[in-house]
Amino acid sequence: MLLKAALLNVELLLSLLAVGFVVGTIVAVLQVYGGRVLGVLAFVFEWVFRSIPPLVLLFLVYFGPERFGLSISRFLSATIALGLCSSGYQSQIFRGAIQSISSGQMMAARALGMSRTRAIASVILPQALRLSIPGWSNEFSGVMKDTTLAYVVGYNELLRSARAIMDRHYDAAMLSFLTVAIIFLVLTYTGNRALGWLEERTRIPGLQVAGWSEEGHS
Amino acid sequence: MSFLFKWEWLPKMASGLVVTVEVTATCIAIGIVLGVLLALGRVYGRRPISLPCSLFIQFFRGTPLLVQLFIIYYGLPNWGIRLPAFVSGILALGLNTAAYQAEYFRGAIQSVKKGQMLAARSLGMSLTQSIRFVILPQALRLVIPAWSNELILMLKSSSIIYLVTIYDIMGVSQKIAARHFNYFDVYVVAALFYLALVLIVSLLLRLLEHRVQIPGLGVHADRR
Amino acid sequence: MNMPLLKVEDIHKRYGNEEVLRGVSFEVNRGETKVFIGPSGTGKSTLLRCVNQLTPPDKGQVFLEGTEVTHHKSDINRLRASIGFVFQDFNLFAHLTAMQNVSIGPTKVTRMHKEQAQARALAELERVGLGDKANAYPAQLSGGQQQRVSIARALAMDPKLILFDEPTSALDPELIGEVLEVMIELAREGMTMLCVTHEMGFARSVANEIIFMEHGVIVEQGPPQQMFTNPKHQRTGEFLRKISELYGETER
Repeated sequence: MLLKAALLNVELLLSLLAVGFVVGTIVAVLQVYGGRVLGVLAFVFEWVFRSIPPLVLLFLVYFGPERFGLSISRFLSATIALGLCSSGYQSQIFRGAIQSISSGQMMAARALGMSRTRAIASVILPQALRLSIPGWSNEFSGVMKDTTLAYVVGYNELLRSARAIMDRHYDAAMLSFLTVAIIFLVLTYTGNRALGWLEERTRIPGLQVAGWSEEGHS
Repeated sequence: MSFLFKWEWLPKMASGLVVTVEVTATCIAIGIVLGVLLALGRVYGRRPISLPCSLFIQFFRGTPLLVQLFIIYYGLPNWGIRLPAFVSGILALGLNTAAYQAEYFRGAIQSVKKGQMLAARSLGMSLTQSIRFVILPQALRLVIPAWSNELILMLKSSSIIYLVTIYDIMGVSQKIAARHFNYFDVYVVAALFYLALVLIVSLLLRLLEHRVQIPGLGVHADRR
Repeated sequence: MNMPLLKVEDIHKRYGNEEVLRGVSFEVNRGETKVFIGPSGTGKSTLLRCVNQLTPPDKGQVFLEGTEVTHHKSDINRLRASIGFVFQDFNLFAHLTAMQNVSIGPTKVTRMHKEQAQARALAELERVGLGDKANAYPAQLSGGQQQRVSIARALAMDPKLILFDEPTSALDPELIGEVLEVMIELAREGMTMLCVTHEMGFARSVANEIIFMEHGVIVEQGPPQQMFTNPKHQRTGEFLRKISELYGETER
């Protein structure tokens, strides 16, 4: 039963990583290349979604549509809220990577006749995304753990299932929550190993960044 | 469709704000003390000490905070340990942040140049003295940027303790929202409270960073 | 048709308070090699970048075969595609192999078919003597090899002219020769080239004209023979003597 619920966490994880990735990349590109107005907007966006607690965001997205007479599924609200949260972190990772690429790369691309957009897509991002993998794997662990927050809007994930077990067998509370903890340790470990493998696979001689900071998701 | 937030709710929200600040401050304090000890244990301790420190850090960094809270609040009574809600909340957050802070401290300790320890020992200082008077004063400065981020993360993370019925910003909002059946507007105000709080704390931290800066002791560029 | 390939008119460029270029004009005919010399900080590199608009000039015009490059409505990307640029620090794309570095221009900018672009890239790499390094990444190549790849990258676009911005300044002395050889070969094959360089051996052997710049203006220009033996300005003579001592005059 817990393992089945764990699949729901993984499902949520994948979808909100995707949201965070797409939005985060766009925000990072705007921050670096967007000019003044878009750049500032992108920074404000990042700051806001990094400053509001994910729980508050979850409730806002979950109850927001209701306020206007609409309804939203638990899964979708969690994907949007936690995805935006993650995009704030991911944009920071990508921005750091983009800025670490020497300005000569952009210049050489432009000298070949590439447009700015083309240069970003063909030269800057392929390098930046590779450089982002170490930082990104920290974010991955953070997001993995954040999926439990969907508990508060009643999404039937791992923690809620454990809670349900506890409600029926009170003596099993410790056991079920510890099991959840172990499942997370395994998931995080596996995920990080996979990303390490990806990093190894996509490694290019001479293209790396030293000194990535740890990501501190709780 | 007008905004349905009543001004008379503000004092309640403000009292929640005080609780959030108190809880965060307490947990960060626990986290610093425990975090430094864990870091020292990992870096300088022999295996019987360093291994438990590592396991502790890995467990609390590798599992969700919410799970940790539930283990302490709902799980421990199975083992005959019954803690009040407030203590459970503080403990979960405090242990969690201790594990993260330990890693920052460890990184900082290890980034202090090797020669510093050698120089201290050659003056005749003991290991403890060298750590206390030479390594830590440098490491603690180096750790400030990462640590600042942890503080802000903690401000946000503290919101989970509403689940064990503590009335922080989140708890108060939840209560008001449920009573008046007006979730969205109340949470908008809650979000604004958190934004203001984070803004003020960030500015204070920046001041702190400038105050303790020492020429030549570079704080490593940290993007967090 | 007697139009010069490139015509540069009255280029001005200012950085803050400093006027780096103060009205520079010159022309280049098809097949010519011109070498810019002058003390550092006199705007030679800036001038090259003004030609392909990597640095837009504040004032002045640039014409390529009669098309105004500086015009705000001109398709600058299309024009740049036909102006090769070789950087001092190579700027090879760090995530691509030598082959991919050379073929990315044809595939992404001129939309050449992939296999065709690869064949072309290989041919250009062979032309600069690096056919065997096609699959190496920039970090696996020496500076001289990287610079030759970057020349191949420029060549693959079928440029009408190539701008060289101090192409050998970042190289260890023993690697300079291999790059100069390639450049000399290109000049002899009739490529139009504008070079900022202090390699006087190169200038003597292939340049049609040496242009001496100082303080943002052209002081004197003329064929190498005349510039070396009979300069009109005292400064030109002094400068040429100095760099000849520093860099040696002999062809490497």
